[in-house]
Amino acid sequence: MTERPIVIAGAGHAGGAAAAFLRQYGWKGGIVLVGEEPILPYQRPPLSKAWLKGEATAESLALRPARFYEQQKIEARLGQRVVAIHRAEAEVELASGERLPYHRLILALGARARALPVPGADLAGVLALRSAADADALKAALTPGAHLAVIGGGYIGLEVAASARALGCTVTVVERESRVLARVAGEALSAYLAEHHRAQGVEILLGAEVEALEGRAGRVAALRLKDGRTLACDTALIGIGAVPEEALARAAGLACANGILVDLAARTEDPAIYAIGDCTHRPLPLSGRSMRLESVPNALEQAKQAAADICGRPPPVPEVPWFWSDQYALRLQMAGIAFAPAQSVRRPAAEGEGFAVFHLAADDTVLAVEAVNAPAEFMAGRLLVAKQRQVPAAVLADPARSLKELAAGQA
Amino acid sequence: MPNITYVEFDGTAHQVEVPVGHSVMQGAVENNIPGIDADCGGECACATCHVYVEESWLPQCGTPGEQERSMLGFAATAAPNSRLSCQIRVTEALDGLVVRMPEAQH
Repeated sequence: MTERPIVIAGAGHAGGAAAAFLRQYGWKGGIVLVGEEPILPYQRPPLSKAWLKGEATAESLALRPARFYEQQKIEARLGQRVVAIHRAEAEVELASGERLPYHRLILALGARARALPVPGADLAGVLALRSAADADALKAALTPGAHLAVIGGGYIGLEVAASARALGCTVTVVERESRVLARVAGEALSAYLAEHHRAQGVEILLGAEVEALEGRAGRVAALRLKDGRTLACDTALIGIGAVPEEALARAAGLACANGILVDLAARTEDPAIYAIGDCTHRPLPLSGRSMRLESVPNALEQAKQAAADICGRPPPVPEVPWFWSDQYALRLQMAGIAFAPAQSVRRPAAEGEGFAVFHLAADDTVLAVEAVNAPAEFMAGRLLVAKQRQVPAAVLADPARSLKELAAGQA
Repeated sequence: MPNITYVEFDGTAHQVEVPVGHSVMQGAVENNIPGIDADCGGECACATCHVYVEESWLPQCGTPGEQERSMLGFAATAAPNSRLSCQIRVTEALDGLVVRMPEAQH
């Protein structure tokens, strides 16, 4: 047994999970979890939903209770930040100047909200949403009757829009592209969601670019669009994507390209250093491509990969990337990545009013599924993607054809 | 506090106390018991906290909702006594509950 601990830089979902998996997989040495935020690892997905609406507590957000870290002998160093990696000495340097030696280092640094490069973005009332502290600031601003401008029609923006409506706010979403979720959803889902939000009283402006944020007494009061329109608001939420936290790795000479480059064991090019979660750029075994996946399931999968590799266990079975979102009474579940689908086909849910859209490659291989209030279709789609089944569009669209049999390859 | 026994696929059993009001999934996560992934954190969105409930305990675990039933219908290794453990709320009546884990959650 080595004296040096495993140091995990970053105490988000990925870092916390890596610490837990290391113990599950039998690592007996020290584990030091270094986190910038003052709180133990917590769930971020509810921040834009239950937390804003006052339906969650700090305790319910926590991934594990404080006693967990004591029982598992995981040393949590909160409110501390790694500022440098000294690879030759196998040490990390904290902001305080203290150095921590490591046996293995796991970078779980996350991502930060992409900044909006326009005048006025630094006004009070211009917010982003990544952390619990961000969510608290947003929650305080979302009082009944307040006017929220959401810049960016991505998942975070739309989730916050839905929560803000529930809180009695007036909401305008400003999206630069010609549809919401342009980067992450198919056209049918984008159109359906935009319509649903509008029916819930959200104003959605498409193809609209923000030129500047205008203030009054230092606080945001309006958005000025490039087409000359001005929109009054009390608060602006910037939700235009995330930027991976890779500076630390880059400064240490590790290869980065829109994320820290890792393999399917979450290894960087330094055998003593792993990277997991939102800060990584990783291979996708099913598509043969690589990309950045910003999701909890990805954070957990890579935490498992790193812990397994460190503990000398066989690598976990590759998973199909998947995502979920809740907006109003809609449960969205997506699996797979639809790189340039040749065809998209809609299928009504077997139960209820929901539907699923399946995206197919030219050879009918199921690439991805997007389900709205259609959990069975989501599960079936995830299986079809995992097994790379080829199913003709007409068959998928036919409610008389059993998804169970299709997933089992019997149809 | 109710005692719950979690049995891994390889037969390793873990008996732990789980507070009333928590879910059976939380009981596993908070004690670092392998075999329950719980990707979505208890939202009934992922079916990665699948367990088999010992038959005699099924009635005390309540009736699965529509969402849970739909998800379980496609879980790779679902059986009649399958449940999503995030949807089983721990009560005093579950003292002694035994759940078994499938070989894999994905």
